[in-house]
Amino acid sequence: MTQSAGSGGQTLLEVRGLSASVGGLEILKGVDLTVKAGEVHAIMGPNGSGKSTFANVLAGKPDYEITGGQALFEGADLLAMEPEIRSRLGVFLAFQYPLELPGVRAWQFLKAAVDAQRKQAGEEELSARAFDRMLKEKIELVDIDPDLVKRAVNEGFSGGEKKRNEILQMAVLQPKLAILDETDSGLDIDALRIVSDGVNKLRNESNAVVLVTHYQRILNYIAPDQVHVLMDGRIVRSGGPELAHELEERGYDWIKEAVDAGV
Amino acid sequence: MTQAPAKLGTYRTGFEALRQEAEATDPQWLRDLRQEAWSRFNKLGFPTARRGNEKWKYTNVRPLAAANFENPPVAGAHENITVDDLRRVAPWNDSWTNLVFLDGHFARHLSGDANSAGQIGITSLADAIASENPVLQCQLAKHATVDDDGFTALNTAFLRDGAVIDVPAGHIAADPVHLIFVTTGQQDHAASYPRTLLIAGANSRVTVLESYVSLAESSYFTNAVTEFVLEDGSQVEHYRLLLENADAFHVGTTRVQQGKDSSITSASFARGAAMARQDVQVTLGAPGASCSLNGLYMTTGEQHIDNLINIDHAQPNTKSRLFYKGILDGKSKAVFGGTVLVRKDAQKTDAQQTDKNLLLSREAEVDSKPSLLIYADDVQCSHGATAGHIDKETLFYMQSRGLDREAASRILIHAFASQIIDTVELEPLRDYLDGLFLSEMPTASLEFGS
Repeated sequence: MTQSAGSGGQTLLEVRGLSASVGGLEILKGVDLTVKAGEVHAIMGPNGSGKSTFANVLAGKPDYEITGGQALFEGADLLAMEPEIRSRLGVFLAFQYPLELPGVRAWQFLKAAVDAQRKQAGEEELSARAFDRMLKEKIELVDIDPDLVKRAVNEGFSGGEKKRNEILQMAVLQPKLAILDETDSGLDIDALRIVSDGVNKLRNESNAVVLVTHYQRILNYIAPDQVHVLMDGRIVRSGGPELAHELEERGYDWIKEAVDAGV
Repeated sequence: MTQAPAKLGTYRTGFEALRQEAEATDPQWLRDLRQEAWSRFNKLGFPTARRGNEKWKYTNVRPLAAANFENPPVAGAHENITVDDLRRVAPWNDSWTNLVFLDGHFARHLSGDANSAGQIGITSLADAIASENPVLQCQLAKHATVDDDGFTALNTAFLRDGAVIDVPAGHIAADPVHLIFVTTGQQDHAASYPRTLLIAGANSRVTVLESYVSLAESSYFTNAVTEFVLEDGSQVEHYRLLLENADAFHVGTTRVQQGKDSSITSASFARGAAMARQDVQVTLGAPGASCSLNGLYMTTGEQHIDNLINIDHAQPNTKSRLFYKGILDGKSKAVFGGTVLVRKDAQKTDAQQTDKNLLLSREAEVDSKPSLLIYADDVQCSHGATAGHIDKETLFYMQSRGLDREAASRILIHAFASQIIDTVELEPLRDYLDGLFLSEMPTASLEFGS
């Protein structure tokens, strides 16, 4: 079940006036967002509004140039960190299109990821046995086919399997801030439920989820505390869960008109 | 165009010396064979001209031809070399039947008792010549002929030692036979001419490793020729390790002649040499014959490696699998060529040919030109070649899971190489190769694709 998380936790992420461009084209034009521990935020918006860019910029994808603003993660300058440091400190991006790693065994990959995180925290590497035990627990927790981790990472996986594998990785890495980039796209209803259940089980009072999505559907499974509408590189509306329902019924055009009219 | 004969000076002097020395000891047929080979080499020279010479189009042997390597020191000059020296440069396993050759000469003090291998006839070529082993005159130089090219002719002209493995029909050889060819460096600038002959009798089974390694610190030349004869129903597992030093020249010629329902699985692993050429030709000479040839090469600096693999499907129902992979760093260069030939009678041929390359730097270069030549109509054949850098998106994905670029690259390179290393059935060898290719991998100057 979904935990009803209230606000009032520690601020995990604070984005102020974030602007970013790719190839000279400005995509983000001053995004503001505050995410506290225990919260779920949905970022919604039409295609091309900058949703995925926002997710990728937070994770540190190198293609983007930051042209203004800042993003603080637990008070530290997130944008100054290499992507792997962000990950080790607790930022996780579930990819819209997870990549295939031919020949790289999932077990080896996840173990290396966990060890990198532990090393950053000054802890020792996990023994193979301890990792095995932990992995097994997580596989059960997120209800994923155990055979998937015997294969190469995402190699030959279906779209749904890839998305589930992202949730398994999230379960293993236990991020403080999970950013799910259109994790619902391409999932049938059963897969969507499994993925959503996994996310809900991983939620607690000290972590937070940012759901980037085009559709309201996934919000039936993962209940957001706040819904933000991103349009043309800016958050133009924020509200409670009712905003998502309104978008589902009325589409995005009315907001665009309202914004254009300066309402 | 060939090299002016006058430039063959050191080789000519060496050949004259060998000719005179062998006059009293070696059988007439062998002296004739050497003489014929010398004449052939004298005529062909080194294949320095590349224009119109498809076999050598991408590999420049001028530096090798100009180097004028000397004859190796005489046999028995290296009593001071120990097994520990070999362990540093080659895989070593006490349970294998190890035959060690120093600068081309059999080193009895480092080799196991070949005769303890029971029925299987393993001897040094020098011993086989001295004991007038009849298999030599029947088979030697019949598969790698002096007409082949200048290098085979040169090796044959200087043919005097190497290994002879004569597995009797029906015999299953339990222990792998490991041939270790070491250049010692005790004489600078030396050439050596290892020669191997393997006869796998009908329905026999044997595993053979060839390791070409070095204790030397300067340039030298290894010119090796290997002939395999697989009689009907025999199965050969073969490994070839090219671990010469970074200044060495290596030309290795392998000829495999296969009988009915025989099979060979061969894996080649190459890291060494300034310039290396591996020329393999497999003749699937009877129905049901099959071969599986895997290869992995890893180069750095200004290394150059050239793999030329030709497979001749001469008869129906024959099968070949060719899968090579390269990892190239620095300004190194790899050439992959060769043809799968399917003759008119070779119906139901099943052939696959693949070469994949991972480029770790912008300046590394691959010329991959596998080809098919098909004269039969009922066949299944495919071929492909790829070359690419580590993908930037893939790297970001791995970074987003906490791995830095170097760790992520190592994992990707490891996975790429493992696909070939994992085909090795000999576990101690697989472990050795894991270390060789994975722990010492070049990641200093990584560049990534988009």
